[in-house]
Amino acid sequence: MSHLVFVTIIGAGILLCLFRMLKGPSSADRAVAVDTAATVTTALLVLLGFVFKRYVYLDVALVYAVLTFIGAVAIARYLEGGL
Amino acid sequence: MTLVGTIVTAIGTVFLFLGGLGVFRFPDVYNRLQAGTKCTTLGAFLTIIGVGIMEPTWFVKCLLIACFILLTNPISSHALGRAARKSGVPLWEGTVLDKTGEFEGYQKAGE
Repeated sequence: MSHLVFVTIIGAGILLCLFRMLKGPSSADRAVAVDTAATVTTALLVLLGFVFKRYVYLDVALVYAVLTFIGAVAIARYLEGGL
Repeated sequence: MTLVGTIVTAIGTVFLFLGGLGVFRFPDVYNRLQAGTKCTTLGAFLTIIGVGIMEPTWFVKCLLIACFILLTNPISSHALGRAARKSGVPLWEGTVLDKTGEFEGYQKAGE
C-alpha cells in the first residue's frame, strides 16, 4: 500500500518538471527540466519494477540512465554552439 | 529488512519530489539546475538502494544503477550549466557575484 503513495509522490515531481518544460523561458530551462525529469524517471522505473515484481525493469532503468546522460551532454554541446 | 528498505525509499521519494518542486519554483536557470541536480541525485540514490534492501537478490544491479547515476548526473548538469552560461542566459537580478565574464569565451550575462 505504501508503494502506491511513493509512486504518486514521484509522479507529482515529474509533473512539476513537465510544467517547467512547457513554461520555461529559454531552451536551457527546458533542457534542465528534461534532464531532471529523466533522472526521476529512472528511480521510478526501479520502484515500479519492485511493485510489479519484474526484474527486467532494472535493465530498462540502466539503459535509460545511460541514454539520458548521452542526450544531456549532446544537448549541452549543441547549446554551446559547438555541434 | 523490509522496514529499513521502506524508510530509505520514503526519504528518497521525498527528495525526488523536492527536486521537482525546486525545478518548478526557482527563479533562474542556475538555481533550477542546482535544485534539480542535488535533490534528484540523492533522491534517486536512496530510492534505488532502498529497493535493493527490500529485495536482497536485486541488490547488486540496484547498486550498479545507483553508482552510475551518482557518477554521471553531476557531469551532465555541469555541462548544461556551462552551456547555459556560455549561450548568455540572463542571471537572476538578486545574483551577488558573477566572475565568469572575465574569462575568454563567455559573454556578459543578459546580452
